Amino acid sequence: MSAQTEEKQVFRDVVCTFCGSLCDNIEVTVENNRIKSVKNACAIALARYQNAMEHRNIPRINGEEVELSRAMDRAVEILKNSRNPLIYGMSSSSTEAQRAAVKLAETLGANIDSTSSVCHGPGTISKQITGIISGTLGEVKNRSDVLVFWGSNPMEAHPNHSKRYSFLSKGLFMEDRKKREVIVFDVRRTITAKMADRFFQVEPGSDFEILMYLRRALKGDTRELDKKGMIGGIEKEDLRQVAARLKEARYGTLFYGMGLTMTRGKYMNTWVAMNLIRELNLYTRFIMIPMRGHGNVAGSDSVMAWQTGYPYAVNFSRSYPRYNPGEYTAVDLLGRREVDAALIFAADPAANFPFAAADYLANIPSIVIDPHRNMTSEIAEVVIPSGITGISAPGTVYRMDNVPLRVRPMLKDGWPTDEEILREIEERVGQ
Amino acid sequence: MHVQKIEATLITGRTLKQGIGLEKGKLSEYYIEQTSYVEMSEEDLGKIGKEAGGRVRLSLDALSIELECRKGDIPPGVVFIPYGPLCNRLIGVNTDGTGMPDYKGLTVLISGDEEETT
Repeated sequence: MSAQTEEKQVFRDVVCTFCGSLCDNIEVTVENNRIKSVKNACAIALARYQNAMEHRNIPRINGEEVELSRAMDRAVEILKNSRNPLIYGMSSSSTEAQRAAVKLAETLGANIDSTSSVCHGPGTISKQITGIISGTLGEVKNRSDVLVFWGSNPMEAHPNHSKRYSFLSKGLFMEDRKKREVIVFDVRRTITAKMADRFFQVEPGSDFEILMYLRRALKGDTRELDKKGMIGGIEKEDLRQVAARLKEARYGTLFYGMGLTMTRGKYMNTWVAMNLIRELNLYTRFIMIPMRGHGNVAGSDSVMAWQTGYPYAVNFSRSYPRYNPGEYTAVDLLGRREVDAALIFAADPAANFPFAAADYLANIPSIVIDPHRNMTSEIAEVVIPSGITGISAPGTVYRMDNVPLRVRPMLKDGWPTDEEILREIEERVGQ
Repeated sequence: MHVQKIEATLITGRTLKQGIGLEKGKLSEYYIEQTSYVEMSEEDLGKIGKEAGGRVRLSLDALSIELECRKGDIPPGVVFIPYGPLCNRLIGVNTDGTGMPDYKGLTVLISGDEEETT
């Protein structure tokens, strides 16, 4: 960071907190507390910086503007009166705020869940069953010669991932694209699929079968009768060739997305993928990395795990943490109408949840802590504005490969951070 | 002969413009526009007698939504809607005990809006 004049500052090596790639090469010029120009950003990050100070929240109760202190008072009142509250979101905030949220959940005896449950949560269940062999994006950039993208379209969801870390990046031992082989498995011929060396179109809901066949092909365990025909829309012969190629990789990487976690089989898809990678390590070095969506969703898993022992879907009603996806996950708690109040921060379930869950959320007392207006802030009883992590608020965020990065504020907006708000609420409900 | 209703597998997911919409504002017209269309194969559009740009109805049990259809590079029998509030009107709260709803893989019924038959 270097200050050229009092009014104009150029912030270098800024970490963009939009997605789990956490690109840390952004350059932002700020003049008189306004962003004037942005360099090295993808199209989404550009929109993020250009609109950072737009559509901001103000303190509101039932849609009416109020003093921040009144909004805080009502938030405390709602949570104190609740018998079974839900704390949900966390993924676009700092790990410091996530830690404060866990403390609040413990004090309240609440349920606490992150956007992981509607993102890579099923993959996390698989990690608990079988474990994951993983690595950092730096290793991928410098060494990985075979890159498999499964149910993942980074060219649209993580636009600079390819340039910064994967197939278009220039690494120490991987100087250009020609040295890498890119294989894509997807239901749709996505932009990423069009850039791949080999694309395999998967029949919807067939990922488990295809991955299982790859495991067997890897071991040569495909009998004569099982060598012909197709599986999941793909020729078995092609899959055997892929298995052989994966085996020959010097350093392979499987990036997986929602195409595995949201589709039929859910955590079983990621379970079989994790086992495939484990077995590939009998022959070569092969890792897998989830393509995390929100900027700090990986951090929320880590914070929850070190604070409670579990990554998401935690209930504190018995004072000690209990974990059960399907029971203490937000969509289930709302869908079954089990919670009687909600505190949402750094997420927008009204836009992203199934309608019945979002509809129930609109009918219980709820508090939203968020820098920006969104669909959930429009249905919430109480809205508390906060600083934007990485733009007007500092904090720590975790990249998709679990590398923690520190973010700094570059603008001033006068609102407290998520952490400060959550700490104050926690202190007051605990009194 | 046009069949006016077809079954298809619904896939919801991210697009670049949907991502830009998230940052332009969740209440912006841009975001709503970028999450309010369905991509279908040319073959499926033909089956329901629609051209790209027309309106179609997607139904699942008692739930239904109406939206613009676009021609996409997608296999017949599969349709895609960018992730957002409109597609979520069709998604149920069943999570198979995982916490994850069926955002990908539900079977929906598609019909041309005005020519709906039973």
